[in-house]
Amino acid sequence: MAKAAILSYIKRDSFVHELTGTTKLVFFIAWSVASMVTYDTRVLFCMLLFSVVIFKASRIRLRDISFVLGLAAVFLLMNNLFVYLFAPEYGVEIYGSRTVLVSIAGPYTITLQQLFYHLNMTMKVICVVPVALLFIACTNPSEFAASLANIGVSYRIGYSVSLALRYIPDVQREYHNISQAQQARGIDLSGKDKLFTRMKNSVAILLPLILSSLNRIETVSNAMELRGFGKKPKRTWYSLRRMQKKDWFVLAFALAVLVIDLVVTFWDGNRFYNPF
Amino acid sequence: MSTPIISFQDYGFQYTAQAEPTLHHINLDIYPGEKVLIAGASGSGKSTIGNCINGLIPFAYPGTKTGRLLVDGREADAGSIFELSQTVGTVLQDTDGQFIGLTVGEDIAFAAENDCVPQDEMKQTVNKVAELVDIGHHLEYAPHELSGGQKQRVSLAGVMVEEVKVLLFDEPLANLDPAAGRTTIELIDMVHRRTGAAVIIIEHRLEDVLWRSMDRIVLMEEGRIVADLPTAKLLAGNLLREHGIREPLYLTALRYAGVGIEEAMHPEHVDSLILTEEQKEKVRDWYRGQRIGTGPGREAEELLRVEKLEFGYMPGKRTLQDVNFTIYKGEMVSIVGRNGAGKSTLAKLICGFEQPVLGDIYMEGRSLTGDTIKERAARIGYVMQNPNQMISKPMIWDEVEMALVQSGMPEKERKERVEETLKICGLYPFRNWPVSALSFGQKKRVTIASILVQRPQVIILDEPTAGQDYHHYTEIMEFLKSLNEQGYTILMITHDMHLMLEYTPRAIVFSEGRMLADTTAAHVLNDPELVRAANLKETSLYTLSAACGIEEPQAFTECFIGYEQKEER
Repeated sequence: MAKAAILSYIKRDSFVHELTGTTKLVFFIAWSVASMVTYDTRVLFCMLLFSVVIFKASRIRLRDISFVLGLAAVFLLMNNLFVYLFAPEYGVEIYGSRTVLVSIAGPYTITLQQLFYHLNMTMKVICVVPVALLFIACTNPSEFAASLANIGVSYRIGYSVSLALRYIPDVQREYHNISQAQQARGIDLSGKDKLFTRMKNSVAILLPLILSSLNRIETVSNAMELRGFGKKPKRTWYSLRRMQKKDWFVLAFALAVLVIDLVVTFWDGNRFYNPF
Repeated sequence: MSTPIISFQDYGFQYTAQAEPTLHHINLDIYPGEKVLIAGASGSGKSTIGNCINGLIPFAYPGTKTGRLLVDGREADAGSIFELSQTVGTVLQDTDGQFIGLTVGEDIAFAAENDCVPQDEMKQTVNKVAELVDIGHHLEYAPHELSGGQKQRVSLAGVMVEEVKVLLFDEPLANLDPAAGRTTIELIDMVHRRTGAAVIIIEHRLEDVLWRSMDRIVLMEEGRIVADLPTAKLLAGNLLREHGIREPLYLTALRYAGVGIEEAMHPEHVDSLILTEEQKEKVRDWYRGQRIGTGPGREAEELLRVEKLEFGYMPGKRTLQDVNFTIYKGEMVSIVGRNGAGKSTLAKLICGFEQPVLGDIYMEGRSLTGDTIKERAARIGYVMQNPNQMISKPMIWDEVEMALVQSGMPEKERKERVEETLKICGLYPFRNWPVSALSFGQKKRVTIASILVQRPQVIILDEPTAGQDYHHYTEIMEFLKSLNEQGYTILMITHDMHLMLEYTPRAIVFSEGRMLADTTAAHVLNDPELVRAANLKETSLYTLSAACGIEEPQAFTECFIGYEQKEER
């Protein structure tokens, strides 16, 4: 009950919160494109620093989003592992030189170039993750839909996404209640049982949860239709905020980052910065 | 008279998924500005009528119709659900489910947003409507920060932004505590007077709706209209009782006393009721002739003791404070109080789902601290409000057997235990049925059976009769009563005043995390102070006894309940 949602809107007073949803969305897209395109370590390093600054400015605490961060870290690790397993010499290929540090077995050696490649790859993800999380954590979900609609996404899609986000805490609460009642009937999820039994047991919670969620969906969709949702190709938004000076400033900044990023990255005709 | 705003002409309807039509030969005209109550037991087709008017039928629930339905002069199914929504505003039963926006303001604006109303104009409309239903100071609130009654206001405001000609309420009282229900009825009445829209209320809680006057009552049974009469005329007859609807308590009391109900007495409301001196004398005579039944004595054995219990989800904020009471073996007790008073939290603490900050709970003198949920579950059973949240197996037998399988009981013993439990619960004939074939009330039984199979000493039920009509209510409660008579101790969290009066001699009252009272049910409802603090509602018996010059309203109420129980046996 008092537990924080996995990932949802966190209300705080901050510069990032004050920006309109549209600004944050455009910034997020520009930032992602910029970090996806480049492998230039210098650019990535600057962006990384700046990501940390924005994160501080948002006044979101690390523990608010620790679960998602953990998840992202696991994926990042797996990603790195698989890249290494399948292409242990990719760095050598890119940077055109080979400095062996350790030899493991067969084709697997650790080269300085490969490590450098992995460093770049990791930095790219670390640049994007905080900005993506902030977009969700600092954007009021109702504004979220409005901002998607503002950049041309159909409002039906935008609204479904924001409704889904909105119901996460409700569904969590329900999960909590159902699991307590099922535990009282001897269903144990605490991990003492074998994995298979535990999986079988979790069905005892999921089935009622799914059924009651379907019920909820039926009620909401009826309520929405009865109040004219989907009547017209466009709709207006009660909670849409007007763009202010700082929004334009942030947008200009995002654009500048993107342009500088592209220029620096492609200046020498290569996406990679080669220190070797 | 003017032309009707809604006109059913020999209308019938059959859902595509069902074998039989749900509505037969409906002829009903509702005129602009009228206030009509559609009453009927579950499955009588009253909600289907509502869905036909607002367009969910046929646009969301397809089916075939016969005859005609005109809404504001046009065929209802000719246009779209959106066109209808500009004439008919619907407030649904589920106050949480229909809250679409993230804040009050946004939710009220929803219809205007879909209509592409410019933002400035929209904000003005929202402010105006919110003022009208008195929710203007809460525009920034999120749904979980509001009480049930406040959510109901938001829903009402949300349909009023469209300036509709008909306001349709589908069981508006189902999820509200008694006081909030009363306020809702007052609110609907006020909106009706201010806007002049026709008001249609679909509800089976007749006495609560009649807190404010209604022009007509349409009574339904099995898809047909069995009566369409002015309120006073319907109340004067015997039609309500014959068709499974509970008539207002004060009228039942008058009948018991041998006073015939006539239209001229203005039976619509207990305050408007005109009784002759002779009739009052009859009521007094009847009262004197009754013996007040005594509840079970307190010398019984102690079963569950709660001592100085304190709990809070957040540090510094207490959901429960200083709770002390003792439950004796074989008791049946109500736990009452407004939504959020801490009743459900108390149940969670007893079951061990949450741990108290301070205090302790004892079972037969032994502290439960340290016992796991599973260990407690062998002695304390907990039944959730919504059976759909508990049932996790497709077959009845498997569902009831589940807890025993988990505990590793041998198969032969298990079989005996399940059979015995199913027999107690009257489910034995259905033992090989799938759960999905059961009605809501029967599902409730299955969940009770699935708890009972563990042979707990205490069963705690959360709102056992929420949303049930009188027939199902009686069925569930009589079943619980029979369990109680077999020796099970039963605790019920409820805000149904009838339930408390009729079935539980003792009630524990909560308000804002504190225990206000631990006394007899009749005493609770006859203590105006307590009634106000716990968001309950005085019974009309209180008013009636006062009107007849009976000085002990509490005794009168007890006497009524005692008589009723004798009658039913």
